[in-house]
Amino acid sequence: MDLTPHLPVLQVVVPLLSSPLLLLLRPRGLAWAGAAAVALLSFAIALNMALAVAAGIQFSYAVGGWEPPYGIALSVDAFSALILLIVTGAGAIAILAGKPSVDREIDAERQPLFYSAWILAMAGLTGIALSADAFNIFVFMEISSLASYVLIAGGPDRRALPAVFKYLIMGTIGATFYLIGVGLVYMMTGTLNLADMEARIGGVTDINPLLVAAGFITIGLALKAAVFPLHVWLPNAYTHAPHMITVFLAACATKVAIYVLLRFDFFVFQANLDRHDVQFSLFLMPLALLGILVASAVAMFEGHIKRLLAMSSVAQIGYIMLGASFITEAGLTASALHMFNHALAKGGLFLAIAGLACHYGDLRLARLAGAARSMPWTAAALVVCGFSLVGIPGTAGFVSKWLLLDAALDEGRFAAVLVGVILVSSLMALAYVWRIVETLYFKPAAQDVATPTGEAPLPLLLAAWLAAIANIGFGLFPQFPLELCSAAAELLLGHTL
Amino acid sequence: MNLLELLGYFNYWVFAIVLTVGLYTVIAKINLVKKLIGLSIFQSAVFLMYITMDKVEGGTAPIIQKGMENQVFSNPLPQVLILTAIVVGVSTLALGLAIVVRIFEAYGTIEEDEILDAD
Amino acid sequence: MSADLAILLAICVPLATAVGIQLAGRISDNLREAVTLAGAATLAWVVWGMLPALFAGERPALTLGELLPGIAIAFEVEPLGMLFAALASGLWIINSIYSIGYMRGNREKKQTRFYTCFALALAATMGIAFAGNLLTLFLCYELLTLSTYPLVSHKGDEATVRSARVYLGILLCTSIGLFLPAIIWTYHVAGTGDFIAGGILAGKIAGADVGLLLALFVFGVGKAAVMPVHRWLPAAMVAPTPVSALLHAVAVVKAGVFSITKIIVYVFGVDFLFATPSSGWLVYAAAFTIIAASLIALRQTNLKRLLAYSTVAQLSYVVMAAAVLKPLAEIGAAIHMVAHAFGKITLFFAAGAIYTAAHKTELNQLYGIGRRMPWTMAAFTIGALSMIGVPPTGGFVSKWYILAGAFQAENLLAIFTIIGSTVLNAAYFLPIIFMAWFADERPGGPEHGEAPPLVVLALVLTALLTLGFFFFNGPVIALEQQLVGGMAQ
Repeated sequence: MDLTPHLPVLQVVVPLLSSPLLLLLRPRGLAWAGAAAVALLSFAIALNMALAVAAGIQFSYAVGGWEPPYGIALSVDAFSALILLIVTGAGAIAILAGKPSVDREIDAERQPLFYSAWILAMAGLTGIALSADAFNIFVFMEISSLASYVLIAGGPDRRALPAVFKYLIMGTIGATFYLIGVGLVYMMTGTLNLADMEARIGGVTDINPLLVAAGFITIGLALKAAVFPLHVWLPNAYTHAPHMITVFLAACATKVAIYVLLRFDFFVFQANLDRHDVQFSLFLMPLALLGILVASAVAMFEGHIKRLLAMSSVAQIGYIMLGASFITEAGLTASALHMFNHALAKGGLFLAIAGLACHYGDLRLARLAGAARSMPWTAAALVVCGFSLVGIPGTAGFVSKWLLLDAALDEGRFAAVLVGVILVSSLMALAYVWRIVETLYFKPAAQDVATPTGEAPLPLLLAAWLAAIANIGFGLFPQFPLELCSAAAELLLGHTL
Repeated sequence: MNLLELLGYFNYWVFAIVLTVGLYTVIAKINLVKKLIGLSIFQSAVFLMYITMDKVEGGTAPIIQKGMENQVFSNPLPQVLILTAIVVGVSTLALGLAIVVRIFEAYGTIEEDEILDAD
Repeated sequence: MSADLAILLAICVPLATAVGIQLAGRISDNLREAVTLAGAATLAWVVWGMLPALFAGERPALTLGELLPGIAIAFEVEPLGMLFAALASGLWIINSIYSIGYMRGNREKKQTRFYTCFALALAATMGIAFAGNLLTLFLCYELLTLSTYPLVSHKGDEATVRSARVYLGILLCTSIGLFLPAIIWTYHVAGTGDFIAGGILAGKIAGADVGLLLALFVFGVGKAAVMPVHRWLPAAMVAPTPVSALLHAVAVVKAGVFSITKIIVYVFGVDFLFATPSSGWLVYAAAFTIIAASLIALRQTNLKRLLAYSTVAQLSYVVMAAAVLKPLAEIGAAIHMVAHAFGKITLFFAAGAIYTAAHKTELNQLYGIGRRMPWTMAAFTIGALSMIGVPPTGGFVSKWYILAGAFQAENLLAIFTIIGSTVLNAAYFLPIIFMAWFADERPGGPEHGEAPPLVVLALVLTALLTLGFFFFNGPVIALEQQLVGGMAQ
């Protein structure tokens, strides 16, 4: 039997159904093995679909044979394939490699629950990327969010609890805003299917409710995506979460929200609302620019390595939004590629940090001084991924920054400002990454910190190096993600006027 | 717009007011449980909006029975959606309360300012 | 050996050497240094082996892969890059001999890291020399910066790390903040960044934008040390002397002026720039740097810092020669890279030899040192005479060409700058030579003799090269004439 046409539904059903089953795997290590198998299988499905999409196939799937717009529809195009790849890739690597770190942080008897929530979060995130239905996106968004709250609060650090409470409040407000927006659109069009919405929205005569809807949806998703200044939940949540959860969430959680934001704004509103493109640009571009500068500046003076990188994530989200706000093919390609590259770089960085955390209890920079002497390989992987974050040539980050700058040069009278901000922030990124490098390599170790007895656990080290090599590999040969990204950009723009 | 027309949107006015009350509570209260109460009020407002929009003038509950095939029904879809949303809301509330319990265990308080001082 | 393979080898040999050094360093010091020397010799053999093809007018090229559509990692050998690569690879052998003497003589720590990074820096240098487009150039340029940081901060104490941070900060900030936008701008307007004879920008950009783009390039290539982005070079003097000698007199700084010359010749096109008035400022900037750096050098009391400021001035000779935009001056720019390399590496070797033998670093400690270290000071004298431009040294030849080019362009500013700076060069080098040979030694100084034999061997070799370049410069000039083949006279 050829499973290819059923891949979209398998992508979400496999993790969704296996999540409760993991609870039953009580014996030691079995839950991990089960979760790893599910994650790998999901990744294989996503990779299969991405390859098929790159070859020109589009998936659309009607669950249970009920045709859209009545049934539940799933669809996979270049953009969603890219996101699925990021989500399942990050999940698979983090679960596979993360065992030593998770074993340290989560009690053995709670591990089945932990892995079950993790797989559930992954199912939710893949569901968002797959859904062609506005309300299902909401449901999957809440599934993934609830599971992530559980995961973040699951660690031994009590500071995670207030952080996750804040995340829960803000996340719920964001999701509810989105729900209000969807309700308003439904009121005016009578459909929840995105494609159907796009077709019908043009016929709506009174567009005021739609404008309000666009506002609610954009702001709600911006909250979920931690677009500056709605990012306040992010730094603490990432900092105090279990290390492997930080790897997973930093690589993909916010990107999925951005995905929905772009999809809604470009597919549904852009073509049909007069001057929506201008409003979208004018709203997001200043926020993106401010976010890039402010978050980078904060990161430069941050003393805790995880919080430093979390602030840098806020800045990177700014880059992604900036590229999107150009509403040009070049800009959207740069944006999409930056999502992919940032996932690689940040994922790798947090993997290496999880490795460091196996020997260092306190992850403040001052305590990590001289770590490279006893953990040279871990530190080297961290540096490579850090350079990718800065955009040093030869790494993946450079390719997307290059594209972003190239796209910015087309922006006419704003070009100089945009290029200036991107470059200044790159220098700021260099400054904060260099602080890490200097601490690890060139500073004498703190007096009262025990010298690590060796490298990070092997799985973590291998995974961090896999990410580092991917950063270099996709920096030199970015064709495959680039193809997906330019296809995604074309797709997004294909729906504008 | 005269008074009657304004009153015609009565449900929507209530929606807007309840929404604002909920949001204000979430932002202004420092007690974590009160914040969660606010959040629930905030979500309830949205339920109200969905239920209002599915009402069809003279419509009845959308249950098809023998002999009632030609009856005017309210739109069933938003009702279904909101059932799902209520489930989501309840789970969020439950999780939120569970986190508050753990915060109380870890910090001995559920006042936000005192928690911030503790770290 | 096919030429494509040679390009690949030129980059891979130093990389392989770096790996070999790491492995050998765990076994024994002798083996490690044997690997270094073998790597240096192999590289020179590979690079010099490409010369006949170049003289025959060939342009070997190699494309590694496309990064983005139209933007490839590509290498192409042309006369200017060939010269640079031949120079750097040849001097690496001599420098390795010197390093062994110096590092052992001073019992430096972390020698394996030192030799490894050195080999990595050479790999990046080869990449810069053979880069076929702006992106490849930029990539290797950044690699060179990063691989030299551990060398500069070698000593590891607080002051050294601070200086190394200045070094890295200035080089990375200028390259990312100015060089990169210039490159992207070029790709954006020209649709390509390939180095093509005659330039790629003519007709694509005009007016004040040309001057602005040129400024982004010139100041973005911080390694060329045009004021005010020269501060990193004196800061880098905290490095061990072999690093200052090969990297900060040859590889790194020449990578800077080489890049600028290459950009002027192959990206802007000499004729296009000459016809665009807004590019005229570069001669003034270079002239200012020459005079200002020479004046600062006059006031230095530390030998290595004096040499560093002298380097800043000499680099701007190359920039000015390139900016004069006449064929003879472009040839002058190319051969000044060679002449200055031989002279300055000799001077740094001598400074290192004095430090190794006597632990002296200040000028006022050098009274009468010529009698204790005759070989070293003889080489120093030859190097200094080359800096001033006195025959029979290499410096004379290149100054001759630059002056001839300046006359060709009727550029009075350039002519007077060269004359003025010659006087200044004499003013800071001649007193040292006089002090060393003819003044009496101050009593109470340490007893010492000549530096270790390997060190002396290396600096005698480079001094001979400095002299030899005066007599045997024909092939170099013949090669560089290809550079200006199609240019308006």
